[in-house]
Amino acid sequence: MVVKTLPEFPVKKGEPAYKLWLFEPGQKVEMPLVFNLRQLAETRRPALLPGHRLCAGCAAPIVVKLASFAFRGPTIVVTATGCLEVSTTIFPYTSWAVPWIHNAFENAAATASGIAAAVEAMKKTGRLPYEHVDVVVFAGDGGTFDIGFQALSGAAERGHDFLYILYDNEAYMNTGIQRSGGTPKYAWTTTSPVGSVLPGKMENKKPIAEIMVAHRIPYVATATPAHWMDFMKKVRKGIEVKGPAFIHALSSCDRGWRHDTALTLEVTRRAVDTCYFPLWEWTPETGYVLTDRSLAIARNPKLKQPIEKYLELQGRFRHLLKPENKHLVKELQELVDAAWEELLRKASNAPR
Amino acid sequence: MTVNGDEAVAYAVKQSLVDVVAAYPITPQTIIVEKFSEFVADGEVKTEFVPVESEHSAMSACVGAAAAGARAFTATSSQGLALMVEILYIASALRLPIVMAVVNRALSAPINIHNDHSDAYLMRDSGWIQLFAENVQEAYDTTIQAFKIAEDERVLLPVAVNLDGFFLSHTLENIYMLPDEVVHEFLGGYRKVSKVKVDYFDEEVPLALNPARPLSFGNLDLYDYYFEHKVQQVEAMKSVPEVVREVNEEWFKLTGRRYGDGILDPFEVEDADVVLVGMGSGVGTMRSVVRRLRKEGLKVGLVKLRMFRPFPFKEVVEVLKNAKVVAVMEKGVSPGSYGPLFLEVNTALYDLKSRPALVNYVYGLGGRDLVPDLVEGMIRGLFKELEKGVFEPKLRYLGVRE
Repeated sequence: MVVKTLPEFPVKKGEPAYKLWLFEPGQKVEMPLVFNLRQLAETRRPALLPGHRLCAGCAAPIVVKLASFAFRGPTIVVTATGCLEVSTTIFPYTSWAVPWIHNAFENAAATASGIAAAVEAMKKTGRLPYEHVDVVVFAGDGGTFDIGFQALSGAAERGHDFLYILYDNEAYMNTGIQRSGGTPKYAWTTTSPVGSVLPGKMENKKPIAEIMVAHRIPYVATATPAHWMDFMKKVRKGIEVKGPAFIHALSSCDRGWRHDTALTLEVTRRAVDTCYFPLWEWTPETGYVLTDRSLAIARNPKLKQPIEKYLELQGRFRHLLKPENKHLVKELQELVDAAWEELLRKASNAPR
Repeated sequence: MTVNGDEAVAYAVKQSLVDVVAAYPITPQTIIVEKFSEFVADGEVKTEFVPVESEHSAMSACVGAAAAGARAFTATSSQGLALMVEILYIASALRLPIVMAVVNRALSAPINIHNDHSDAYLMRDSGWIQLFAENVQEAYDTTIQAFKIAEDERVLLPVAVNLDGFFLSHTLENIYMLPDEVVHEFLGGYRKVSKVKVDYFDEEVPLALNPARPLSFGNLDLYDYYFEHKVQQVEAMKSVPEVVREVNEEWFKLTGRRYGDGILDPFEVEDADVVLVGMGSGVGTMRSVVRRLRKEGLKVGLVKLRMFRPFPFKEVVEVLKNAKVVAVMEKGVSPGSYGPLFLEVNTALYDLKSRPALVNYVYGLGGRDLVPDLVEGMIRGLFKELEKGVFEPKLRYLGVRE
């Protein structure tokens, strides 16, 4: 297949779709955002090429591809250990069309710090052949909420210029669905199994995006691949701000969440529709701002769906739909409602 | 200039056109980074200083920086090095020419801030080149040389410059420094990234995270390639002695200073019956004792080992083959075995038809002084044992209370 290219796209016309992203030194590249689907398909290639070995129905590659549509030019990608890393770079192959590095599980943010510092040093000494080189991290929930949190917090505090995209599939999926700090309450995983005494994970999910807001970095947002235009805008904003930016992207895992492979985007869409995972962004100037579907729900509360709509699609919550567990669903609904009400109070554009 | 060992390293780093310094404080390494922060604060360097939140992140940031094509440096000690260990293996396997000063300090527990070589031994299998300095001058010289060794196309491996905590790090010494321009010229200016042939591209491309020619670093390697890649890494070590020798000679032409052949420095070993083998600052004490006993006519010699990894087996055999007793002077232990240095020397000598007897002296753990009298008594004792021809036990402690 030959992809037609627009002049601003850094590939010559007539080149095959799987060509790498090449940014010749000195070349002026500033790729505009494209939201016209036809234009997007014809002119943009994702940074993650076909042939990777992620599961059918995995949202992670969708997250990466959408994000890469919003890259503005020369970009270095860092990935923490996890599904995304092991499935895209099995030697001697790689699916990455951009310069890419994986260091270890817990240090993606520290690695990005080093790259951002190197970029800065080379700029200072006149050796950077580009106007800017953006550093983007993709890490899962384990590498972010848990083992990688120290490095992330440290890098955020130091203010390195990079965008950290958390693709949150809410458990350690790469090692076989063990619970993480990102696993929601009452979800089934192999280390929080549903038994005769315990109904899945007993602890709440760590509010990672709010913790990042507490770091007072220039940009924090939540997103899902189902709300793709919203997500791409946020990625570009995160790249363009000077300093650390953080995007929490809900990324469903059909293996771990136990849903049909065709429902990947539907599940994340319902997470937003039920206000389980509201879409917002935060900057020090604007505070919390609701976006996309969540803004629509705030304006028209009738659009808000009950939590069951989200739970019913997923095998990991199947036990909650049994009659004897009604009280657990009620509890979850109350948690979601309380968090949503709080967000409405905080968001500057929520109707009063 | 009068500086302590840590300051000497900081000056060397300042002169070496380093792009990124990432570090976390730990005694006795702290002065390096404090001094370097002053250079940064005063605008004397263009280096990006990354004051990370842990040693694990210090090494991780160095990996990122070096992979992006920058010259990267960090410094640590003891527990800090232990925290880094995971990433040390990654740095060497990704063939990143990072330089790290390891200001040697004992490992916990019990917690102790003073010198021995347990931390250096902790990283011995991590694929790093390990050089040991005897004095402050050598710490300065070796730090600059380390960048040249690491970045040599035949090598492309990270280098650890070891200097003894407090004995060198906090001890003032008059040292000679080179003018900045001379160091810049010696290193060939800023780091130049090596090029590599990759199947996908028609040309040789920079071995770095380069948006003009994207490469993937740190891929998943299964049983079909991991073994080969590991062997490549091991093979790269083979060219290190040659490069270390060359750099040592080049440095000699520039400064008039050299350290043996760069790998080891023998002293009075030609006709010696008893030969001591040691590393680090303790060698100075041993040398003065050997010099004194030589005046008495005792046939004693000393081999200072400057390079511990890769271990110079051939060179060690060459200098020790005529000795009758070899005393391996060790600042570390391996509970349940002999000291790591002893095992290496033992292995080196095994193939000789007539082998010298070997004894392992553990000394100076946790910063205990190695006093000349102790060394003298030890050497005299060895000569007595030589007459009897019995050397038991093999593992001995020097200066420990019963």
